Amino acid sequence: MTWEIVIGLEIHVQLATKTKLFSGAKIGFGAAPNTQTTLVDLGMPGALPVFNEAALRMAVTFGTAIDAQVCKHSVFARKNYFYPDSPKGYQTSQMDHPIVGLGHLDIQLEDGTTKRIGVTRAHLEEDAGKSLHEDYDGMTGIDLNRSSTPLLEIVSEPDMRSAKEAVAYMRKMHAIVTTIGISDGNMAQGSMRCDANVSLRPKGQEKLGTRTELKNINSFKFIERAINIEVERQIDILEDGGKIVQETRLYDADKNETRPMRSKEEANDYRYFPCPDLLPIEIDDAYIEAIRQSLPELPDQRSARFVSTLGLSEYGAAVLSSSRHLADYFEAVVDVCDDAKLSANWVMGEVAKYMNQNNIEIEQCPVSAARLGQLICRIKDDTINGKGAKTVFEGLWNQTGEVDEIIASSGLKQVNDVFAIDLMVDEVIANNPKQVAQYLEAQEDKRGKMLGFFMGQVMKASKGSANPGQVNGLLAKKLNALC
Amino acid sequence: MAIENADIEKIAVLARLQVDPNEINDYTNSISSILSLIDQMQQVDTNGIEPLSNPHDATQRLREDIVTCDNQRDAFIAIAPATQDGLYLVPKVLD
Repeated sequence: MTWEIVIGLEIHVQLATKTKLFSGAKIGFGAAPNTQTTLVDLGMPGALPVFNEAALRMAVTFGTAIDAQVCKHSVFARKNYFYPDSPKGYQTSQMDHPIVGLGHLDIQLEDGTTKRIGVTRAHLEEDAGKSLHEDYDGMTGIDLNRSSTPLLEIVSEPDMRSAKEAVAYMRKMHAIVTTIGISDGNMAQGSMRCDANVSLRPKGQEKLGTRTELKNINSFKFIERAINIEVERQIDILEDGGKIVQETRLYDADKNETRPMRSKEEANDYRYFPCPDLLPIEIDDAYIEAIRQSLPELPDQRSARFVSTLGLSEYGAAVLSSSRHLADYFEAVVDVCDDAKLSANWVMGEVAKYMNQNNIEIEQCPVSAARLGQLICRIKDDTINGKGAKTVFEGLWNQTGEVDEIIASSGLKQVNDVFAIDLMVDEVIANNPKQVAQYLEAQEDKRGKMLGFFMGQVMKASKGSANPGQVNGLLAKKLNALC
Repeated sequence: MAIENADIEKIAVLARLQVDPNEINDYTNSISSILSLIDQMQQVDTNGIEPLSNPHDATQRLREDIVTCDNQRDAFIAIAPATQDGLYLVPKVLD
């Protein structure tokens, strides 16, 4: 049987406000426990919430950025459950009247096509505190610093058909929220995390299969792995004639498996009701339009500009605009070297390769955009060749000096001196009579390929520093003269 | 709407309330009578009336995003029954 994979994502984005959703307590990562709380965040009886305008503005900004319906009337609701890191006994969230309604987002697939993913809704809610289960004399420690931190929960339609599409959607969402500045998007610190709803159905069937929910996935890599491993698990069950149990599962990255969360008894009976402590939020068209007008250039627009004004390929433009930081880095390189294509090749080539090897993001890249720009300038003015430039890049990555210092100290300066190259070419021709004879006997259309051997020898003799264009020209001229 | 003893037990668990088994019948009866009053109210024709999410004829006031509260941990911790290393301690919870 051929199975179709159906995926929907719920993404939680921590909004980059200075203070909490409902109190004037400061928000900051890594503060000492319970130093960023007020009576409201502690859920003290009688302490009343006051809604943060910046959180509202950010939610509306998001709604306009994905061309969604922004609701002029929205209502906070209580989602009731008991857990000690939520001292009120409920989470303030939105249920029937979320701030953002139907919208959509386009993702680029690997084959170059674009697919539209529906966004069902996005609503404001508060985060809970943290439970620390290490041993405190058999008790659990509670840190409420994160309590009442504003979150935007973005719910997608079940429109994705593979783990790769889910990653592309999450990346696009990341690019948007960081571009419009509503979140730092730091996944390692939990500023962006997602739950994935995964189900299978026989290909061609309309009715959705039973789904499982994978909780709290906090990296792009884990989204793909978690979904793929869950799909495999579901296929095994279905092909053995079994049934999928609707449940919440956790992805264990160390074991690369998903397993059911210990079921909280009837945990889904949240008994939502409108929060009596908060009045309905009313905004008008002028408020929404002013925000729409102030939107910055969005990732899709930036990508289109990379194609139209910088001459990049659709693919290159999509990759480089996939994160605001990457796009900023790329544009800063172009500003220095004034060569968009070389800049794109380097950012998607060496920079991406080193980042992958070291498992870091562009924000932590030790080679600044200014330095990479200078390096590309040195390729363009023939100071070094492409191969030498890779060695210089390695030096820059390891922070051994500035571009020109590394070029000078490592003897990578390209030899553009025609006489010096001429001498090396003559020497190589003289030292390899057998290959020269073969070259002369060969058909003309085979010679181009055979030239590579001599190129290699000259480049070796020059320790990689000869200008490859000049070597190639001289070699062809001298060898053809022997015919 | 009729409810049964089992419903009372379930609600008690969700609300983390301990209910004396001898009192469950009383609760079932009194909550049932509240629900029948609500049933009666449901008879009212509410067509064309906007659902009310708040009885006040007002909208939410907004707060500027500026820090207005200093760290008051010492004061809060002082009234907590159990603390350690700045954390509030609660009976062990798992999951």
